[in-house]
Amino acid sequence: MKVMKLLAAAAVMMGMAFAGSSTAVAESTLDIVKKRGHLRCQVGQPSPGFYNLDKDGNWYGSDVAVCQTIAAAIFGDSSKVEYQSVSTPQRFTAMANGESDVLSRTTTWTLLRDTQLGLDFTTVNFYDGQGFMVRVDSGIKSSLELEGATVCVATGTTTELNLADYSRANNLDIEPVTFEDKNVRNETFYKGGCDAVTNDKSGLASTKAEFPDPENFVILPETISKEPLGPVVRQGDSNWNDIVMWSVFALIAAEELGLNSGNVESVRSSTTNAEIKRMLGVEGNLHEGLGLSKDWAYDIVSQVGNYAEVYEAYMGGGERGIGITRAGSQNALWNQGGLMYSPPFR
Amino acid sequence: MLNLIYNEKIRAVFFQVLTFSLVAWGVFYLYTNTNENMTARDMKTGFDFLWITAGFDTDFHMIDYKAGDTYGRVYLVAILNSLLVACLGIIGTTALGFFVGILRLSSNWLVAKVAAAYVEILRNTPLLLQIIYWYLLLLAFLPKPKKSFDVFYLDIFFLNNRGFYGPSAFFDSGSGLVAAGIVIAIIAVVVLFRHARKVQNSTGRVIPKYSWGLGIIVVVPVVAYFIAGQPIGWEVPILKGFNLRGGWRVPPAFITLVIALSVYHSAYMAESVRAGILSVNKGQTEAALSIGLTRGLALRLVIIPQALRAIVPTMISHWMNVVKNSSLAVAIGYSEITALFMQTSLNQSGYAIEIVALTMLFYGSVSLTISAFLNVYNKSVQLVER
Repeated sequence: MKVMKLLAAAAVMMGMAFAGSSTAVAESTLDIVKKRGHLRCQVGQPSPGFYNLDKDGNWYGSDVAVCQTIAAAIFGDSSKVEYQSVSTPQRFTAMANGESDVLSRTTTWTLLRDTQLGLDFTTVNFYDGQGFMVRVDSGIKSSLELEGATVCVATGTTTELNLADYSRANNLDIEPVTFEDKNVRNETFYKGGCDAVTNDKSGLASTKAEFPDPENFVILPETISKEPLGPVVRQGDSNWNDIVMWSVFALIAAEELGLNSGNVESVRSSTTNAEIKRMLGVEGNLHEGLGLSKDWAYDIVSQVGNYAEVYEAYMGGGERGIGITRAGSQNALWNQGGLMYSPPFR
Repeated sequence: MLNLIYNEKIRAVFFQVLTFSLVAWGVFYLYTNTNENMTARDMKTGFDFLWITAGFDTDFHMIDYKAGDTYGRVYLVAILNSLLVACLGIIGTTALGFFVGILRLSSNWLVAKVAAAYVEILRNTPLLLQIIYWYLLLLAFLPKPKKSFDVFYLDIFFLNNRGFYGPSAFFDSGSGLVAAGIVIAIIAVVVLFRHARKVQNSTGRVIPKYSWGLGIIVVVPVVAYFIAGQPIGWEVPILKGFNLRGGWRVPPAFITLVIALSVYHSAYMAESVRAGILSVNKGQTEAALSIGLTRGLALRLVIIPQALRAIVPTMISHWMNVVKNSSLAVAIGYSEITALFMQTSLNQSGYAIEIVALTMLFYGSVSLTISAFLNVYNKSVQLVER
């Protein structure tokens, strides 16, 4: 672990030191990805809901679906993805030095990250918020009761900063215990080494689902932060940024327009809706601006589905989902009281 | 002209200059190219970030720190935390190492074999594994804060799964007198020991210097304390809300780390000690016993001093390993320099190269300091040949 970390750090420094100074502007990311034949998509340590491994070692989850969406758009084949599982503290350096093409892993969009890391956030595929989980028998009902409590938290995250802000703002004097490895963090909390654990609420739901006795834990009602999560690309290649961003929009637009993986084929041939025609490449030449094939959005919807299908399967009540209700949340469509909104396809 | 090439001195100087300029050019190239590349990628560079405020808290700091202090202060906090765990780890390693090393040479079959098993098991499993093992073991066995274990049954030291708690002192005016008392007591003890040695050397009479010394060290400051009107008070940790409040606390991760580092490295240390003792000729032991020294005295006065010549050089590398391996604390969340500075600060600020460089600077200078210090000590114990 330590060795890996030092190697990674050394590799970054070596990369920066030896890389010819012109490579940064030479080739577009799309060309590099096409030439390689697959997309390098960075995810994190397995985390139910977002990115997890099944018993055959295949990745699945809502952030994994974003990787598949981009691969479908570029290659017409959602399986052409090489998943890179990188530890949280290394995630941005692995992007900056060109190891990953895109980062799709519960990463919160903040001004500092958007401007100082040489990276760009594209759009949001999940609106999250930070909360606390405690044991039921602790009797705690609100996070404002956590005065003087010890709280387990992941290091190097916005979560850690929000916790400090919240503690200061409410005079709670919370003692954070920070962990790099989320398994050690969860184990410490489970064994009683902390009074509470804090994370994005979706992350808490997935942690709770992993415990052998989830009924003994409760997620407190307060949400103490805004956590817009979305895919990230390297700064300076706006075509690549567009491809990633519009791939996510295609998922949302498909839901808005009533397209899903089951009906997209028949709708394509029968529809009279002009926007669907433009989006699926029946009419117009929208794909040219992105540098993709005519069928890019069709391939996304037919192979990955629409936003609702992805959400239901991994975040919602699906067999592999973690049971977070979508209706009424920020992740519902804009016309159903949520924030999910795609700019028009025209 | 040809003469110049064949001139040994000139040739030597030429190659020195050539090597130096190659190295200098290499450093210059790496530095400028790194800068260029980072600028091209819109990454911020420079050490200005040390004066930016860091927005995170930490649960263990020996100097005042709160969210909103600067990254420079985080660096200081992290350095102190690293040094504390390294110091205690080194003390533990050395003490345990000597103990086990001597046990391995015991004439008692069982004792020797147990010590051998200790060394083999600990040397042959990875340290990271041991750290996590100790950590989970500790968490499983330590009680909750409401049922804290009262260490020593004094109602002032407590152990629970949030850490080890002890009282902290606060000083009112008059504390200076107590401090003076302590200084006087120390000086008195030094004088006493010198006097005792002189008496023993000239007359052979043994003065019970240890019991006298202990008496002076205890009585003088206590008398000063009462004369000054009891100026020093104790703030004892008491249960308030979720946790014990007041006094000082070290987190479970810290305790784990000190135990794991001491135990792991003591296995290596024990082997060095054993090798050192075995390197002393058997005749030395026999001679020491034959002039009437007890086994313990023979070990302390004759064997160990000679064994140190062989032990100290390897001890240097054991100590440095303790310092470097303390970085594994990152696995269990103790806020030392790798966890707090190279992980958290790097992530929150994004200044990767600067932070890695500062971290390397810390480890480098600590290792060199230890090395320099022990080399001086090594010279003093080496055989002076006449």
